Amino acid sequence: MKLGPVLTVLLATLVLWYGAAVWLNAAWTFDQAARDGGDITFALLISDTMAQQRPVLPPPHQVAAELWKGLTAFPVTSKKSLVYHGYVTLVSTFSGFLLGSFLGIFLAVGIVQSRTMELGFMPWAVISQTVPVVAIAPMIVVLSNSLGFGDYLGLSNALVSKTIIAAYLSYFPVLIGMVKGLRSPDQMQLDQLKTYNATETQGFLKLRFPASVPYLFTSLKVGIAASLVGAIVGELPTGAIEGLGARMLIGSQFGSPIIVWAALFAAAILAGVLILIVRAIENLVTLRMGVRA
Amino acid sequence: MSAAVIDAKGVNLVFQTGDGPVQALKDVNLTVGKGEFVSFIGPSGCGKTTLLRTIAALEHPTAGQLTINGMTPDEARRKRAYGYVFQAAGLYPWRTIAKNIALPLEIMGFSKGEQQARVDRVLELVELSGFGNKFPWQLSGGMQQRASIARALAFDADILLMDEPFGALDEIVRDRLNEELLKLWNRTGKTICFVTHSIPEAVYLSTKIVVMSPRPGRITDIIDSPLPRERPLDIRDTKAFIDIAHRVREGLRAGHSDE
Repeated sequence: MKLGPVLTVLLATLVLWYGAAVWLNAAWTFDQAARDGGDITFALLISDTMAQQRPVLPPPHQVAAELWKGLTAFPVTSKKSLVYHGYVTLVSTFSGFLLGSFLGIFLAVGIVQSRTMELGFMPWAVISQTVPVVAIAPMIVVLSNSLGFGDYLGLSNALVSKTIIAAYLSYFPVLIGMVKGLRSPDQMQLDQLKTYNATETQGFLKLRFPASVPYLFTSLKVGIAASLVGAIVGELPTGAIEGLGARMLIGSQFGSPIIVWAALFAAAILAGVLILIVRAIENLVTLRMGVRA
Repeated sequence: MSAAVIDAKGVNLVFQTGDGPVQALKDVNLTVGKGEFVSFIGPSGCGKTTLLRTIAALEHPTAGQLTINGMTPDEARRKRAYGYVFQAAGLYPWRTIAKNIALPLEIMGFSKGEQQARVDRVLELVELSGFGNKFPWQLSGGMQQRASIARALAFDADILLMDEPFGALDEIVRDRLNEELLKLWNRTGKTICFVTHSIPEAVYLSTKIVVMSPRPGRITDIIDSPLPRERPLDIRDTKAFIDIAHRVREGLRAGHSDE
């Protein structure tokens, strides 16, 4: 049974989490009791640490309840609905993912084609990823606001800056994966095309691109998760009032970890769904490409 | 066997490597007539594959003259004068067998209908009719190599260059494919250059056996086979066959002894 290990890990996580919640939230309970002069029994300790308003670590059921409330208790257009915030984040995740993927593929083609481009661009691509995104995100927000890209495109400036940040994070895995994939055909296969007197373009279309597809999908899965992170980070410094990132910011500003955790889980679920979607597309494509069933 | 299809005069090829120059081919003189089946045999490093690649214009001689159908190898390659079969079948896993065979045809710009007709014809030629819609992984190693031969035949080049095409197959499959290759050669009248390191394979298949030696890669003997064109497998037990095999072996040994 495959479910066994999964359930074991889940159970162990829950046990640890509850234990940690009691341990971390206990200080507040004891403080309160000292102030009120009351005695703390073990049962009281448990029941109190499980149901604090502002716990240091909210126990799983509090997070689950908040998540459920956020998903179902409000109309999906309401600013209180996690569905609404999730949707806002999803839109910029997708736009950033599309932009980043195309950029990654485009640059990879250039790098594989031209040695000059590889020498000239590759070091910058690597450096771009060593800069912390939290450092660069506010600058992108400020720049794209003052340049007003959004106004030209008829989009909100917040969407544009989040798209750029998400693309900034997601182009890199696609670039690296595609460079490797486009270079995966061996010398024999390249020689063979030469014996057909194939052009460079034909070699790309008939051999290099199809050979790179498995690499592409692996990178896209990393890329879409990175896009989501980028979109959320992009929502933090914008003073944004929409999106899961904004939700997390509000939660921490109001000292309400439960809201942060609920938004965190909403983001994790979103990431999982996105990766499942990419995987489903991958399965469809590889099935058509004759991969062993 | 009239006009020379392949004509090499004093062909030399020196590779520049990190350890200094390596003479891969030294003073190679060879004439291959139309419709001949020529085997190149010798130990590793004797330049047999390099010679085949030079004929295919995948390598270029550093001295001497080499013509294919009276053209330079590069011109011949551009005119698609030859089909090349590599040691590995090298079929694209994302294409069906039929689409794999159609690959050179697509590149060369044949019409869809023409592609279909040619694919069907060569599939029949290598006895793979009915396997066109299978993917490579669904076929055995021998069948994959047959498909790769079909791919090399699809665009009607009159020269077939084969670089140890059956090297990775077991002996039983190899025997059968050798037999089929002879039949195919008889039916199509192509000129075939065949690299191998198996003496029986070379003797069984060839009208001309080129024995080569390493360091520097050179031709030590060229044997014109007296065997008839029609060759059942058991011809390998005849005296004529054994005599040629013996001469090949002697040639290989002689090549080694001058080290």
